[in-house]
Amino acid sequence: MLTSPEMTARTADLDEDVVLEVQDLSLDFRLRTEVLHAARNVNLKLRRGKTLCLVGESGSGKSVTARALMHIIDRNGAIAGGRILLKDQKGDIDIATLDERGKELLSIRGGRIGLIFQEPMSSLSPVHTIGSQIIEAVRLHSRMNKSEARERTIDLLRQVEIPNPDKMVDRYTFEFSGGMRQRAMIAMALASDPDILIADEPTTALDVTTQAEILDLIKRLQESRSMAMLLITHDMGVVAEVADEVAVMHFGRIVEFGSVDEIFYTPKHAYTQRLLDSTVKLEQNRRAATRVETPVGQEIILSARNLTKVYGATKGWLGGKSFALKAVDDVSFDLRAGENLGIVGESGSGKTTLGRMLLRTVEPTSGDVTFFGQEAPVEVTGLSKRGLRDFHRQVRLVFQDPFASLNPRMTVRDIVGDPLVVASTLSGKALDDRVAELLELVGLDPAMRERYPHAFSGGQRQRIGIARALALDPRIIIADEATAALDVSIRAQILDLLLSIQKRLDLSFIFISHDISVVRYFCDRVAVMHRGKLVELGTAEQICTAPREAYTKSLISAVPNPDPRNKRMMHRTRFRA
Amino acid sequence: MMTVHTFIDEEPETGPSTTPLKPSKATSDMGDANQWTLIWYKFSRNKLAVVSGFVILFFCLVGLFAEVLAPSVPDASRPQFTNAPPQNLGFFVTDADGSSRFQLHVTGYTMEVDPASLRRSYVVDPEQIVPVGLFVQGAPYKMWGLFDANIHLLGPVNHDDTMYLLGTDRLGRDLLSRLIHGTRISMSIGLVGVSISLVLGVILGALSGFYGGVVDTVIQRVIEVISSMPTIPLWLGLAAAIPLTWSPLMVYFIITLIVSLFGWTGLAREVRGRFFALRGEDFVTAAKLDGSSERRVIFRHILPSLTSHILAVVTLALPTMIVAETALSFLGIGLKAPIVSWGVLLQEAQNVRTIANASWQLVWPAGAVVVTVLAYNFLGDGLRDAADPYEA
Repeated sequence: MLTSPEMTARTADLDEDVVLEVQDLSLDFRLRTEVLHAARNVNLKLRRGKTLCLVGESGSGKSVTARALMHIIDRNGAIAGGRILLKDQKGDIDIATLDERGKELLSIRGGRIGLIFQEPMSSLSPVHTIGSQIIEAVRLHSRMNKSEARERTIDLLRQVEIPNPDKMVDRYTFEFSGGMRQRAMIAMALASDPDILIADEPTTALDVTTQAEILDLIKRLQESRSMAMLLITHDMGVVAEVADEVAVMHFGRIVEFGSVDEIFYTPKHAYTQRLLDSTVKLEQNRRAATRVETPVGQEIILSARNLTKVYGATKGWLGGKSFALKAVDDVSFDLRAGENLGIVGESGSGKTTLGRMLLRTVEPTSGDVTFFGQEAPVEVTGLSKRGLRDFHRQVRLVFQDPFASLNPRMTVRDIVGDPLVVASTLSGKALDDRVAELLELVGLDPAMRERYPHAFSGGQRQRIGIARALALDPRIIIADEATAALDVSIRAQILDLLLSIQKRLDLSFIFISHDISVVRYFCDRVAVMHRGKLVELGTAEQICTAPREAYTKSLISAVPNPDPRNKRMMHRTRFRA
Repeated sequence: MMTVHTFIDEEPETGPSTTPLKPSKATSDMGDANQWTLIWYKFSRNKLAVVSGFVILFFCLVGLFAEVLAPSVPDASRPQFTNAPPQNLGFFVTDADGSSRFQLHVTGYTMEVDPASLRRSYVVDPEQIVPVGLFVQGAPYKMWGLFDANIHLLGPVNHDDTMYLLGTDRLGRDLLSRLIHGTRISMSIGLVGVSISLVLGVILGALSGFYGGVVDTVIQRVIEVISSMPTIPLWLGLAAAIPLTWSPLMVYFIITLIVSLFGWTGLAREVRGRFFALRGEDFVTAAKLDGSSERRVIFRHILPSLTSHILAVVTLALPTMIVAETALSFLGIGLKAPIVSWGVLLQEAQNVRTIANASWQLVWPAGAVVVTVLAYNFLGDGLRDAADPYEA
């Protein structure tokens, strides 16, 4: 335990600004066989007009801590100790001791403390209009009649910059895009002019450009209303862009606390350093360093020509023409042998559909895919079932979700060995040895092959998925958001693993991701997709540092920069189309 | 002064902080537990379901060893004891010298006939002690239809004495013996019926769910047509078509077939739904990309994920079969004497006079049906909740 003297001095100066103080808060959760100490002696201070970022990886206890500030605790949990002091003119209120259903607590929740959730779709009701939900929140905390509350709601929607607020107030949730929903959530949280705003991963479910806009909005609202904000995030980039102070949480403890500059430039705790390292590491192009000396051969291994996928253009059975959506629109590119090609784009840009069309798990509406393997070039789009099976042995897929992509009812040996069994290349002892070899290749203990997937963490499961993809000595691996579900430190490990495997085996990668830093780290060339079209294709360095197209520029500049002295996102270029 | 906790001198911890609830018992590592171990683990925490499981097991054992457990044979009637009330099992008898000793016994009846209405009434006569023993020799029977025996778990020591623990019916037959023999028929009709439903339901549901498209449409429309038929009139019609000359055993099989022909639709729909859900799972796509054929995907990857769900659905389908058989037999179109089932027993309790004067004839068979159906439902609910041990 250590208290830095200058920090204490500073806290003393600003004490009248403190609106919420957490003292030695501990949270315990009763699990089946054990008590989990989700938060241990947490101390936090929220100051008027300041943003405190609570940062940590999944399972660090940051969300439960934030919810406990409003006394929202799951049934099996309890506050084991400590105080949550809400400053008031009449004196401090200890939220930790308030009655769960008491009037006082209910007036604090959503009254003095506003909360924004991560998932705007599930936190808004689909059967009520946006307006009626905000009106309800407004009327819960102030005596207003319906028409006054409606006026107030329209005003709130205007404040969160929803266009035509007087019309949008009567729309339903599904008519709002993800970003608009999050704006509506913010409007709801602001309904009673709270002193404190708690934002629990408010932008994690959003695209980078939307994320930038929402963070921008939250930041401006917070400053103009001089609210105290507690922002929970796992993204060090977001922290650098918006935080004034940072608390780093690890397994229920605040391991380090300081100003954003201190945390980023003079981190003291080993965990903070590790977290920053793995974030900053992703800001460079590792691939450039690991690339084999000889430039990537010009030999093309896979080429896509004019790939197009149209959904829903078939005639309805009553003869009416239904709505058609071009998910992928006339995309052409080449993948060279030994090359890593990244495909980036926001959600709905068609990047996943494109990846699936290359494998023909989604049939293209038109266009060709040609594979240049050892033998004569293969026209993938014209392959029979049997031919496709051979093709799938050489071009493999690594999935996004490490939990859904492994059959929970099979042992790791069966999962990794399944492609070999199907191909009937190996059996018995030889199969077992090969599985062990593959597990070793992806950095897992071969002795674990008798175990079931539920015994492994997300990162380990993704390694198992990679081992399965490598089982048949493929030429190409298509990785579809393969690192999206992982924590940042694990993400870097998996990418390094893939690069080291590539060095040993003759492999090409198509890496589909929404995360520009991951693609930059891993790829030689990057293709940017927007609304089904391939907007720009260039080397990773060129795309990330000197993008040519307007869309790429706005995309790159919206990525939060993990450097508080050089905020990129807040000075981003915007793209209107 | 506020202290800021910063643990900057320490190495980062490697795992979340926990305190075991039972320090002595180390938490076992479930890493190499297969799905059945996990299912059992989850199921066993639902106490009601476990108890129900034991109840079901008890009824099955009763059905299996009906001949031994029954104090008598179901068809032995004694006209002098018609509609006799239940007797209580006593443990101690008082001898003439006033000392009491242990002796299982029932007290006999004295029968009085009301001269005006000619109605018989029975009065328990404490003087008349009928000694009862365990594993006594009684009425001869053919165990499982295979070999002759005459041992009964509980019965009067003297073969000619009577013991009616649950009373008798209108022909003077022992209700307990009939109930125990009825258990065999009623429990087995559910199992046999569900097995037929299971085969039909799983095959058609799997086809429907895996292939989708036209196959799915056709199968689903057939299911809808079948489930839109009013069942009771249809059963009535079909059962009435069974020739009277058929042996009771044949009738038994036909009845199960009729009941199960309409029971498979729900099962098929459930299986189809699961198939639809699993077909879109990443691990199924992965299996296809691994080069597995459709058959291999179904049998190696999808069906093992389904078995626990199917088991749960089957358990929930069993009570409907039992109720259907009971309903049919009660209406007199199901099983017929000499076959004894709970429904057949209830048929005896159709008139108000029996219910008023000999209510045991309604209470015990109906109670057996209710307890079994409830137990199956609780068990099925427990299984359904435990069927997917992997969800959070």
